[in-house]
Amino acid sequence: MELEELYRDIILDHNRTPRNKRQLDDADIANHQKNPVCGDEINIQIVLDGDQIDVAFFFGQGCSISQASASILTDVLKGKTLDQARAIAAGFHELMNGSEPNNIDDLGDLVALQGVAHYPVRIKCAVLACDTLDEGVIDWLNKHQI
Amino acid sequence: MANLQRNTPTFDSAKIRNDFPILKRIINGKPLVYLDNAATSQKPQAVIDTLTTYYETTNANIHRGIYKISEEATAAYEEVRSIVANFIGAKEPENIIFTRNTTESINLIAYAWGRENIETGDEILLTEMEHHSNIVPWQILAEERQATIKYIPINEDGELDLSDLNTLINKKTRLVSFVHMSNVLGTINSTEEIIERAHQAGAIVVLDAAQSVPHMPINVTNLDCDFLAFSSHKMLGPTGIGVLYGKTATLQEMSPFLGGGEMIDEVHLQASTYKKAPWRYEAGTPNIADTIAFGTAIQYLENLGMDNVRAHEKELTTYALDSLTKIGARVFGPTNIEERGGVLSFWYQDIHPHDLATALDTDGIAVRAGHHCAQPLMNVLKVPATTRASLYIYTTKQDIDMLITSLMKAGKFFNNGT
Repeated sequence: MELEELYRDIILDHNRTPRNKRQLDDADIANHQKNPVCGDEINIQIVLDGDQIDVAFFFGQGCSISQASASILTDVLKGKTLDQARAIAAGFHELMNGSEPNNIDDLGDLVALQGVAHYPVRIKCAVLACDTLDEGVIDWLNKHQI
Repeated sequence: MANLQRNTPTFDSAKIRNDFPILKRIINGKPLVYLDNAATSQKPQAVIDTLTTYYETTNANIHRGIYKISEEATAAYEEVRSIVANFIGAKEPENIIFTRNTTESINLIAYAWGRENIETGDEILLTEMEHHSNIVPWQILAEERQATIKYIPINEDGELDLSDLNTLINKKTRLVSFVHMSNVLGTINSTEEIIERAHQAGAIVVLDAAQSVPHMPINVTNLDCDFLAFSSHKMLGPTGIGVLYGKTATLQEMSPFLGGGEMIDEVHLQASTYKKAPWRYEAGTPNIADTIAFGTAIQYLENLGMDNVRAHEKELTTYALDSLTKIGARVFGPTNIEERGGVLSFWYQDIHPHDLATALDTDGIAVRAGHHCAQPLMNVLKVPATTRASLYIYTTKQDIDMLITSLMKAGKFFNNGT
């Protein structure tokens, strides 16, 4: 496998110029996860408009796969409901397992990370942002008893 | 004497490479360039053959069978104790305990020596460049005994800062444990000052020699450390076998580590008596086959000559340091070749080590990326991770050249677009 198949231009672009990378003081949903094995760190912050995601932000550090996936994810999340957000996280895991999820259209540019499925040791880098999002949403849903 | 019969040592990496079947592997259409020797070394055919031959001809449990092959297996196993003792300059084979690896060796000290000798308020002294295996066992012990752990700091050059040594080692200090050669920086720590000061204060000294014993001549009697730990798998031998050297008096005084068969004299319903050292610390059927193959690995290194191994690695490390610096990589650790081994941790063009390692892998180059089981050290260096290339006897200048070419390709890919 060639490097270009793993690191698509869109991934390199998001890594060089991350979107939605900032830290809020008053996000509705805020969650942090760290991969202790490689040190990748992601914080996901979400501002809600009712049940819909108004905007999503991230900050953290790590390899280009982990940071680009967070950058792409925050773009994809805009305007989605929390249920859709959780489905996107689940669909992304399916993609990393090498299968095509039903909601692939909702995944948007996250599909560019498909090549990571061929690098088992790097999958944990790619799923970190989605896992951080999902845990944050579950916590919020539990807290609001929804 | 076997030593007198051996041929004059010669060092020819190209010839050595023929002894390592794995180096013929093709990865992604390219020859394997194996530069992760600080994690584990590759194995020569002789070691692989010893394993196979043992299972084909001699396999039996040791220290008990009254029959031919058990006697042979016992003799072969115990002979390795002598081979190891001789290799590291220990006075007696009985100074050598076989464990699973360096980690287990250090844990053995923490349990068998530490529980009897560390009391509330005592101090354990480590350094900021330790592997997790030389931190966590002491944290567990310190928590149990309410002891304190202190650390010798490191300076910007990746060397130990011994300016406060006289305060750090004081009358409360019971044990000083430090790495002989850093698995991240390659720093070879000078041992004399620390060991002398520790002994003056009545503390014992443990040397984590996992990275030094495979790469340079070691003499424990001259070093005067109380314990020294290392692993077979980093020095051409199989995984699953490690060594703990200990001074005779200390080993005879300690309580057992694990209890069970092989380590007892007499077992009664309420109490048992134990064998003398080192067998007291080897409960259960040991890793017989791998120990015997470890003996072959040491003999392979002895035939090369450890002075020659060190000389080869100094030459290659100099070449690698120059090459990496020329392309603008920031190499951590000492620049003086006398003070470092062939472990090169670096940071290149702000490309994250995991991305760099993946890029190198597509060219068949195996390096390590991450915190190298030394998170406290990463905090000191102020980097989340490093990329690490580590050398050994079969590494050639050509390997280094391929690393450099691949790094430059990766730099172009990640930072200039494709």
